[in-house]
Amino acid sequence: MDMDINMIRAGVTVAALITFLGIVAWAWSSRRRADFEAAARLPLDEDDEAATARENQK
Amino acid sequence: MSETQYNYKVVRQFAVMTVIWGIVGMLVGVVIAAQLAWPALNFDIPWLTYGRLRPLHTNAVIFAFGGSALFATSYYAVQRTSHVRLFGGPLIGFTFWGWQLVILLAAITLPLGYTTSKEYAELEWPIDILIALVWVAYAIVFFGTIAKRKVKHIYVANWFFGAFILTVAILHIVNSAAVPVGPMKSYSAYAGVQDAMVQWWYGHNAVGFFLTAGFLGMMYYFIPKQAGRPVYSYRLSIVHFWALIFTYMWAGPHHLHYTALPDWAQSIGMIFSLILLAPSWGGMINGIMTLSGAWHKLRTDPILKFLIVSLSFYGMSTFEGPMMSIKTVNALSHYTDWTVGHVHSGALGWVAMISIGSLYYLLPRLFGRSEMYSVKAITLHFWITTIGIVLYIASMWIAGVMQGLMWRAVNEDGTLTYTFVESVKATYPYYVIRLAGGLLVLSGMFVMAWNMFKTIGAGKAVEGEIPPVSAGSGFDAPAHA
Repeated sequence: MDMDINMIRAGVTVAALITFLGIVAWAWSSRRRADFEAAARLPLDEDDEAATARENQK
Repeated sequence: MSETQYNYKVVRQFAVMTVIWGIVGMLVGVVIAAQLAWPALNFDIPWLTYGRLRPLHTNAVIFAFGGSALFATSYYAVQRTSHVRLFGGPLIGFTFWGWQLVILLAAITLPLGYTTSKEYAELEWPIDILIALVWVAYAIVFFGTIAKRKVKHIYVANWFFGAFILTVAILHIVNSAAVPVGPMKSYSAYAGVQDAMVQWWYGHNAVGFFLTAGFLGMMYYFIPKQAGRPVYSYRLSIVHFWALIFTYMWAGPHHLHYTALPDWAQSIGMIFSLILLAPSWGGMINGIMTLSGAWHKLRTDPILKFLIVSLSFYGMSTFEGPMMSIKTVNALSHYTDWTVGHVHSGALGWVAMISIGSLYYLLPRLFGRSEMYSVKAITLHFWITTIGIVLYIASMWIAGVMQGLMWRAVNEDGTLTYTFVESVKATYPYYVIRLAGGLLVLSGMFVMAWNMFKTIGAGKAVEGEIPPVSAGSGFDAPAHA
């Protein structure tokens, strides 16, 4: 069978879908849980400038 | 210029200009809304005609207001989630002053009538080059900051901000490719239907990456901050990100239904637009559910009201969009004011409200205050804006569906039932209601400006302290030790 440009296009589309499903599987794997919990806390685990300002205003 | 402090100066600059450009852009919007109701309001002055002011309005609200909000919030969030000061030295100031210069040049050249005629990419080639330079500097500052981060993870908001910066660079450079034939005149590098497809590949991804991905970055940072809780599902946020990345790129052809674009390309655009509903709503649910267990905060906190209602509008417009991309629905909706209503449900309801909410979080913290000068004024702003947006989009829905039905109505002998001007006449009352809605949204921005300057007056510019690396609160060791 001849390989033409449309075969490559179809192949890229299928590869993209498989990659995406791989990402979903990776994101839902239980081994990622601890890392994700740490990442989700990133914005919260820091001093809040508003609380500092509240202290200073007292 | 201490490396133990975050750079808040550039965040302050962009934050203040967001409010200023919001007022300017929305004021121009109100002017052209009034012109549609009362055309004599262009006073027969060429610079004030609708055709020249309309691109000024869209450029000012998207790139000046929305752009400044994105610069401010991304520079703030990337520093605070990376625990390092912004990378880039003089490039940081260049992004601010360069971007302001772009806006100024747009405000001069568009009313003078200089335009490439590409929607949302009207600016002529010398300004396009300046935009590209500023954008490359933005990318260096942002990704440079990520590269020198002191924490292991790249927080999900930064993924969205990063995708927005990278994609907009590609979109802008490809779509603005042109052959200059004079200092302020150029011809597109593409011809015919290819030009149209490149333009709407750009146009729709400008919606997807400028007006969506960047503002989702805001959502993933400022909603957890204001709610005091981590995002509902971090793994969902990752799937949300990649699903958007894999699908948004292909939705552009829905802007070209029933045109010379090949039918299969139109169908692909429609199918990918329908698929987009899933990641859009996944992201919306993820943002709203961040409040689960803390719903009571919504009752008293007007900043959360802005942030959460923005997600409701995001959900509405990302449901409406896929519906309008269905060819048979599009046959009714396209070229009518329904499209205008849809865009504003996204642009005012989602983009403006999440920006405003994020700014109300940001402003006091940039000026050493615990909260805005007047919290009551935030509540007032919230209600004025919400009522204004509802008036705007409801009137444009009615007007749009009515126009679509009038244009397609035929008599038994096959002649058109209505002349075009009859549909214009029938739209008149809805144009007046839309103007009222726009005026409410604009007056809300004046309330915000008053509140902002009072907050600045009562406070003083402060810089944030970077936590020491050893402050072990669940952080991993530096990734780039």
